Amino acid sequence: MIHLLLQILVDGFAISAIYALGAAGFTIIFGVSGVLNLSHGAVMVVGAIVAWYMATHVHVGVYLGSLIGILSSVVVSYLLYWLVIRPIDRSRRIAAEEKEVFILTTTLLVGIIIQGILDYIFGSNPVTTPPIAAGVQNFMGVTITNNELLIGIIAWVVLGGLWFFINKTRTGKALLAASMSPTGLALMGYEIQRVHNLLWGLYGLLAGFAGVLLASFLGANAEIAGTLTASAFSIVVLGGLGSVPGSLVAAYIIGYLGTITAYLVSPAYTELPGLFVLVLILYVRPQGLFGRL
Amino acid sequence: MTQMLRSPKLWLPLVAVAVLAVFPHFMGYYFLGVLTVAYYFAVYAMSWDLLFGYSGEVNFGPTFLVGLGAYGAALLNTNTALPLWLCVVGGTATAVVGGLLLAGPALRLRGPYFGLVTLVSVLILSKFITIFAGVTGGEIGLALPNVLSISSSGNYYWALGFMVVSGVVMTVIANSNIGLILEASGQDPTETEALGFSVTKFKLLAFILSSLFSGIAGAMTVFYLGTASPGTVVALTVTIQIIIATVLGGRRSIAGSIIGAVFLIVAGEILRPLGQLSTAVVAALALLVLLFYPDGFFGVLARVAGGRR
Repeated sequence: MIHLLLQILVDGFAISAIYALGAAGFTIIFGVSGVLNLSHGAVMVVGAIVAWYMATHVHVGVYLGSLIGILSSVVVSYLLYWLVIRPIDRSRRIAAEEKEVFILTTTLLVGIIIQGILDYIFGSNPVTTPPIAAGVQNFMGVTITNNELLIGIIAWVVLGGLWFFINKTRTGKALLAASMSPTGLALMGYEIQRVHNLLWGLYGLLAGFAGVLLASFLGANAEIAGTLTASAFSIVVLGGLGSVPGSLVAAYIIGYLGTITAYLVSPAYTELPGLFVLVLILYVRPQGLFGRL
Repeated sequence: MTQMLRSPKLWLPLVAVAVLAVFPHFMGYYFLGVLTVAYYFAVYAMSWDLLFGYSGEVNFGPTFLVGLGAYGAALLNTNTALPLWLCVVGGTATAVVGGLLLAGPALRLRGPYFGLVTLVSVLILSKFITIFAGVTGGEIGLALPNVLSISSSGNYYWALGFMVVSGVVMTVIANSNIGLILEASGQDPTETEALGFSVTKFKLLAFILSSLFSGIAGAMTVFYLGTASPGTVVALTVTIQIIIATVLGGRRSIAGSIIGAVFLIVAGEILRPLGQLSTAVVAALALLVLLFYPDGFFGVLARVAGGRR
């Protein structure tokens, strides 16, 4: 019994950390520019699949391969911003109150396009990158692979770096300020375009990291993009849109609920409890756990 | 009266329907089959547009309503001896009840929050279908003992007739005060309330209407296909196709939904040799239309027609 509990604690830790990373990017984008990026899962999967391809077919090694994977997510993120989000933002032909709807629909389409292309080139079989660390640890009768442990640690280091960047550096603080009042920031003489450049780069990095770690832990294929977007969306809404600490807590709630269900009931039901909790929270507290209305 | 007859708004749809009605006389069964699917799809798109285009609610769960209609009817048909039309009624009733359940949070939530709840409703429905595979047939689907018609032209006329009736009813609703108030509440709910209209009441009405038509369409689709499966009436990919069809054709126009749906289904057939890439190509096309012609095909047509006059 205690053995099972520990196993759940350990497995849930790594997967929730990956969820948290992905959701952090998603929520920052929303917090600063109000964009709900429905191609989020696809941006993650690009990183995952490129990392896998580089590591196993181009033989550049897992580390360099993962780096290239992350960079490709950044490239996709910038393409998304410059080719889709920015033109819509600046369009005069789309009424202001309809922009949100346009951004939702177009990012959804971008997700489908990326997914279709990846599917076409790499096939739909799930791919797993080689582990970034070999060996296992035994802890009170529970076996933990070093890979899983390292994935959890990397995810938390990146999240820590994100916290430090946003709260302690001047550039990061500009991002925080933009999420509170873009007009105020512009009045202070700060170029808003720089905020956007930074924002989408940061987003690509976070999504790329999450994707690459996912490819190493569970494996990835183009088909899971939709599920990834849905889970990031749920986590972010559960935690409160725009709140990074909220999405961390929510990632752990959803991650552990899923792991517990998978172990105690059946892996087929993994997503259900999370979805029900989400609907319940939205009924009782529509702004999420940590959100402001 | 002569003024009305001269207006292309009146005679163009009539001519179009007349042309579509003679198709079975010189088209093969394959082409008729494609169009039949497209016509049902057009009704999904119209019902979605009623909620989204007019009242501004981003509903990511049209297939929740369509799927409830489809599976409600399919389960009645396989488990009871009820006549086919009663199964359609039963399926529609299921969809309307589902729509009311969904409307609960919709009246409290707005924007992304509402979108998420509707998205989740589809995920939960498709999970339930897989989990209760013993009753629902799971991923493979449920084969039905009855169908609407065994001839391709019979099916074609059922679909065309249904699409025309739904189109007329929804056009009347959209052009009535109800449509205007819905549009107003989508643009500025506070001001609409201030003018004395209950936004809640009208949104609830929009929900009921949308689920009514989605439900009938879903039920009729499974009686055309002879099977109900998550891949055709519930999956998120179907939701996305409905959204693409509506936006491509042009929002806030019934004709736009029809044009968009027919384009989407026919393009899907033409691009079939491309395999997995075909979805990406259709999505890319839709993206380009959205970026360069935000009003969709129908918007472009209307502008061309307007320019000539």
